[in-house]
Amino acid sequence: MSTVTVKVNGMPIECPSDATVLEAAHLAGIRIPTLCYLKDINEIGACRMCLTEVKGQKGLVAACVFPVSEGMEIDTNSKKAYDARKRTLELILSNHRMECLTCVRSQNCELQALAEEYGMEEVRFGTPKEMEPDIEQSTPHLIRDNSKCILCRRCVAVCKEWQHAAVIGPNDRGFATHIGSPFGRGLGEMACINCGQCINVCPTGALTEVDSATSVWEALADPKKHVVVGTAPAVRATLGEEFGDPIGTNAQGKMVAALRRLGFDGVFDVDVSADLTILEEGTEFIQRLQNGGVLPLITSCSPGWIRFCEQYYPEFIPNLSSCKSPQQMFGAMMKSYYAEKMGIKPEDIFVVTVMPCTAKKYEIRREDQSSVNGLWDMDETITTRELAKMIRKAGLDWASLPEEEYDPDFGEFSGAAVIFGASGGVMEAALRTVVEILTEETLPKLDFVDVRGLEGIKEASYDVAGTTVKVAVASGTQNAARLLDKIKAGEADYHFVEIMGCPGGCINGGGQPIQPGSVRNFVDVSALRANALYTADALMKMRKSHEVPLIKKLYDTYLGEPGSHRAHELLHTSYRQTPKYPGLDADKNEN
Amino acid sequence: MPNLITLIPFQGTKEQEDRLREAIERHKGEPGATMPVMQEAQEIYGYLPEEVQVIIAEELGVPLTEIYGISSFYAQFTHNPKGKHKINVCLGTACYVKGAGNVLDKICEVVGCEPGGITEDGLFSVDATRCIGACGLAPVMMIDEDVYGRLTLDKIQGIIDKYR
Repeated sequence: MSTVTVKVNGMPIECPSDATVLEAAHLAGIRIPTLCYLKDINEIGACRMCLTEVKGQKGLVAACVFPVSEGMEIDTNSKKAYDARKRTLELILSNHRMECLTCVRSQNCELQALAEEYGMEEVRFGTPKEMEPDIEQSTPHLIRDNSKCILCRRCVAVCKEWQHAAVIGPNDRGFATHIGSPFGRGLGEMACINCGQCINVCPTGALTEVDSATSVWEALADPKKHVVVGTAPAVRATLGEEFGDPIGTNAQGKMVAALRRLGFDGVFDVDVSADLTILEEGTEFIQRLQNGGVLPLITSCSPGWIRFCEQYYPEFIPNLSSCKSPQQMFGAMMKSYYAEKMGIKPEDIFVVTVMPCTAKKYEIRREDQSSVNGLWDMDETITTRELAKMIRKAGLDWASLPEEEYDPDFGEFSGAAVIFGASGGVMEAALRTVVEILTEETLPKLDFVDVRGLEGIKEASYDVAGTTVKVAVASGTQNAARLLDKIKAGEADYHFVEIMGCPGGCINGGGQPIQPGSVRNFVDVSALRANALYTADALMKMRKSHEVPLIKKLYDTYLGEPGSHRAHELLHTSYRQTPKYPGLDADKNEN
Repeated sequence: MPNLITLIPFQGTKEQEDRLREAIERHKGEPGATMPVMQEAQEIYGYLPEEVQVIIAEELGVPLTEIYGISSFYAQFTHNPKGKHKINVCLGTACYVKGAGNVLDKICEVVGCEPGGITEDGLFSVDATRCIGACGLAPVMMIDEDVYGRLTLDKIQGIIDKYR
């Protein structure tokens, strides 16, 4: 790669010739403030927080998009730049409803951090004290409060560029400009996939998840309820970030200890039902492969992806695995197997999961997610962020929490289940089991590295007992759309496809800890988090779903064979096409 | 002024839809096809309701949010059909200083809709316009092709009633 030498505040720095002023400053160890900028996603130079002085330029330049050139002299902290940024900040604050003490993003707000950094003691352009909340809440997962929106358009960009949904955009003009859906519709009237990626990129408290922790606290306080909790594979890889651990720290042990101290009667792992998923989905795949069923089989773990498929690519519904997501399998097993084992009425069990995901809030009330006595499989689901808040509220000192083990009734699982949290993980887990079943031989090597990594689309083919099995992995529904278009056009003929709704998989889910732009733009957060899962897998004794003693026991004593009648009752579901313009359809039905 | 959303049910005809699809076909594949298609659509329907925007979005492969972002940004687009009688109130400088703002408010109150909107029965639509060149008569409004000058608030009700 060719490089150029520039001077940042007088210091010579060699940087790639295609770098921006922002990146050159970063290499020099200087952080130029940004708000709207998200690398590769939202490079629009709109917010003007990054204005920087470059010698020879007529005015200040937007560092986030201004390219470097040989010999460029950059002054990141000139008075002119500082004053301009401060003025910009004041103008943004003059139209921001500041209720920082009670805001969900307090102390994790990029705007608040900048206000502190720039010594913002007063806002000269009027105080926004009289501003009213401007709330839009029409989905099970999301609350938008446009009185806190700074119009950075990051949410708009991820919704379109990453997720191919584009259900929000900037509407109207001038002071009336606001982010929302067309024709004043609520998000619930659009084909939103509930992925929550917009929350993760929001620099302020304008976008938050719908609170689910309150009902968990209530259940925990109810002596009649037996409250159990299950944690998703990806949560252990991120929870520590909420307490200052480096990105990529595996927090499994402390997380289990914290959940126990919060008062849950059973602390379990959804990884167990991830292993169940592999047995069920693997069996389904083998049956489809051998009996001429619909191929490619496409995974169904990610409710954001399922929602996307039902709304945008309904022609692929027959390809979807009928397996419920691991979360829903967990709920169903708690209210059946676990209830019977413990002699507790299913009605008295309150099942909670901790998920990296906001679409799970939608999924728990999907139709066909109720297996026992007409009860919902799942009672409540909280995000990684909500669990962190619960831990703080309970006053648990993260640093001094011990590392503990899951309760054994539903706490033994394989490394294959752990890697479910990263894009490619389900495919790799499935291959470990499917290949061994088909070849009736032990795999010499368990690492299917071709399907690992953070590329949007990954392809591989394997020779399995004389048959070439072609697989593909996509994450982020924009990549899913690209892959499905390819399949539709007949340009690819896969047998097995893994799709996850969020880019990088669950480690980058919409319910995960929020990392500010200043981190996201320079650190590959997803790669570090994925590494925590692959490291955990590599260190585990059991790395194949079908070899876990608990899984064998569940089938031997309760479920029968994978794909049995009982397994179908508890662990499988159905899908149906839903409209891409639900609001418009609803209007028509009314008329 | 925010672009209002109409309460009038969509009544597009097959013929209009054919013309729209023909226009889309003509522009499809061109860079920047969205704007000309939207302009033609507005000529065909007189406004850009959601039903029309969905057709444009689906056929051009552009998200509906983007189409609506454009239509709500530019003053040249409207989301409301025009009423049977089109009321245009001049808000040019001369009219404005002679109290056209109050005239506009009064008209809206009398007919029962917002500026830029249409009454529920579809009889009147009300718009604010730039100077219509009758400054000597300020404040001025037009209803269809009829010009009314030297308006005072007490004259409004009587004028409107002539069109009911």
